[in-house]
Amino acid sequence: MKLLPDKLTRMMFGLAVLIFLVTPLVLDDDFWMTVLANAGAFAVASIGLSILTGFTGQVSLGHAALLTIGGYTVGYFGADHGWPMWAWMLAAILIGALVGVAIGPFALRLKGNYLVVVTLALVFITGYVVENWTSVTGGFDGKSVNSASLAIGPVDFGELHIFGRDFSREQGIFYLCWIMVALTALVGRNIIRTRPGRAMRAVRDRDVAAEVIGVSNARYKIAAFAISSAMAGLGGALYAISLRFISPSNPAAELFLSIRFVAIIIVGGLGTIYGAVIGALLLGPLPELVQEFAGLFDFTIPIVDRPLVGDSPADNGIFSAASFSEILFGVLLVVFLIFAPEGIAGMIRRLRRRLAGRSNVDPDNVSDN
Amino acid sequence: MEKFFQLFVAAIALGGIYALIALGFVVVYKATGTFNFAQGGFVLLGAYLVYQFGDDWSLPFFVALILAMVVMAGVAAGIERVVIRPMINGPPFTIVLITLGVLLIIEQAVRTLWSEPAYVLTTPWGNGVTEVAGVSIRHVDMWTVGFATLVLGGFFAIFRFTTIGIAMRATAFDQEAAAAQGIKVGRSFSISWAIAGAVAVVAGAMLTSRTGSVLTPGLSFIALRAFPAMIIGGLDSPGGAVAGGVVIGVVEVMALGYLDFDWIGSGFEVVLAYVLMIIVLLWRPNGLFGTRAVQRV
Repeated sequence: MKLLPDKLTRMMFGLAVLIFLVTPLVLDDDFWMTVLANAGAFAVASIGLSILTGFTGQVSLGHAALLTIGGYTVGYFGADHGWPMWAWMLAAILIGALVGVAIGPFALRLKGNYLVVVTLALVFITGYVVENWTSVTGGFDGKSVNSASLAIGPVDFGELHIFGRDFSREQGIFYLCWIMVALTALVGRNIIRTRPGRAMRAVRDRDVAAEVIGVSNARYKIAAFAISSAMAGLGGALYAISLRFISPSNPAAELFLSIRFVAIIIVGGLGTIYGAVIGALLLGPLPELVQEFAGLFDFTIPIVDRPLVGDSPADNGIFSAASFSEILFGVLLVVFLIFAPEGIAGMIRRLRRRLAGRSNVDPDNVSDN
Repeated sequence: MEKFFQLFVAAIALGGIYALIALGFVVVYKATGTFNFAQGGFVLLGAYLVYQFGDDWSLPFFVALILAMVVMAGVAAGIERVVIRPMINGPPFTIVLITLGVLLIIEQAVRTLWSEPAYVLTTPWGNGVTEVAGVSIRHVDMWTVGFATLVLGGFFAIFRFTTIGIAMRATAFDQEAAAAQGIKVGRSFSISWAIAGAVAVVAGAMLTSRTGSVLTPGLSFIALRAFPAMIIGGLDSPGGAVAGGVVIGVVEVMALGYLDFDWIGSGFEVVLAYVLMIIVLLWRPNGLFGTRAVQRV
């Protein structure tokens, strides 16, 4: 299957590239740049989870832990030891992959719910290691990532200088994150549309039958974990770079973050690469968006006489901004699962099929991209 | 040796609490095949309900407890009917995620309805301690063991000896056959969720009481620590849940008590529980007492 199979896809891709290039020039606000950069970091990790869960059918609640690992990798190698960007990026990817290879074999032995809880174990174990391996992680205090190098060759993303125009650190990181999104999506798409991708789908749909016809479950399940963990590690490193800081969070918060990623790929559309990116764009910045626009929800509920969402505790809102975004996640997740389990990508797919009708787009070739 | 006895009652008590939480999971799983993440939310909401009835509305503690159990059973059954039942024929993955969504919603609802960061849950036994043969035993631990035994015993009695219990076991064993026999499958589902809600209340109340009677929203996270219990026991074995709960409780308390080397750091006992779970799973992929899955190819 071709990388960009039809005209519409090519057009959408071109449009996306254009938007990406132009955004920092048009949107001169560092806050939103950071929000979008974070969405990009999440997108990288989400593509990984999409490959693992959407294409290979292995559910994982441990994804957040892998991001944490990636974040600490850049903190330790990038900030503490001053490694160049390509080096710490490679480290984040490799360490992520190694962890993935460690978890992979569990997927061979365990099915369904048992596997889910084991991935949860990863969250607890990572949390414990992070809090106690203070020489590497700085324990409870966390670690500053600010000094990590963002330079590759002549280009320093921290201090971009193109055509005589200075870019702020936030804008530079935005570009960096989304370039990585593009690369990750490219890798993901190439895996998916070729032989390994078909093998993974076979494992997802009928793993025993796949084994029988010669698709090695061991190889592809472990590979899926390795690849998704590597992407998560990279995403985590980018996220840490954007935040300039990494610190441990309690397992409950990590679980929530893992759930966020699951929500992202479900809302975006399970079984597609671009779905993960769309999901990340929509749901990634959701907590920040809610915080920003808490004012919108400031209308007072008549009976209770309190605003729906309070900007600060003094507002006495029914929900706090953080609370509201968590509920929103929960509600979105439930609503999408019940009414639109195929996600946004699924809706787009159905739309295209309906539009295909008489045109020369082959509906069967559009599926499962 | 003294230390062992000192820790023993506390270990059994924590084990009882985990057993209750794990039982809630297992009852739902056995009856409906659903892995219910919202159980942690039930524990949380249950504890807050006990506070509400007992402290805020000044009802006697045991009345508050029973009332909270009844209310929670209703809430749980309601959630089952409204959110879970429509999806029962979908992929299991979907339902698990829905329960996750429900967990988030319950957590936030609790934070909203009870907006103080922490509350004090008053109990009849407070912080009482008794000395027996040089070993001090906390009253809360004794009451926990008592309650846990009572509730677990009651549950097994119902499961084994009543018509409803037989109906639930039949539904868990083979839904279609049970329906063919005239058993109302939907009612079995609702009852299993109601039971899960009710036992969660006891677990939540006792859990709060044993950690200083301070009630915070972080309680639902503690339910996560019960996961290894039900996995070790086997997801579809109520007896296994109890056994697993006790094992994990004992492991946690003993680890906390005996393994206090410098390099171990904090939070080790929780990790240990999960590591133990992984080891057991590698040996028995369906838990110690779970039915070995027969895969139809």
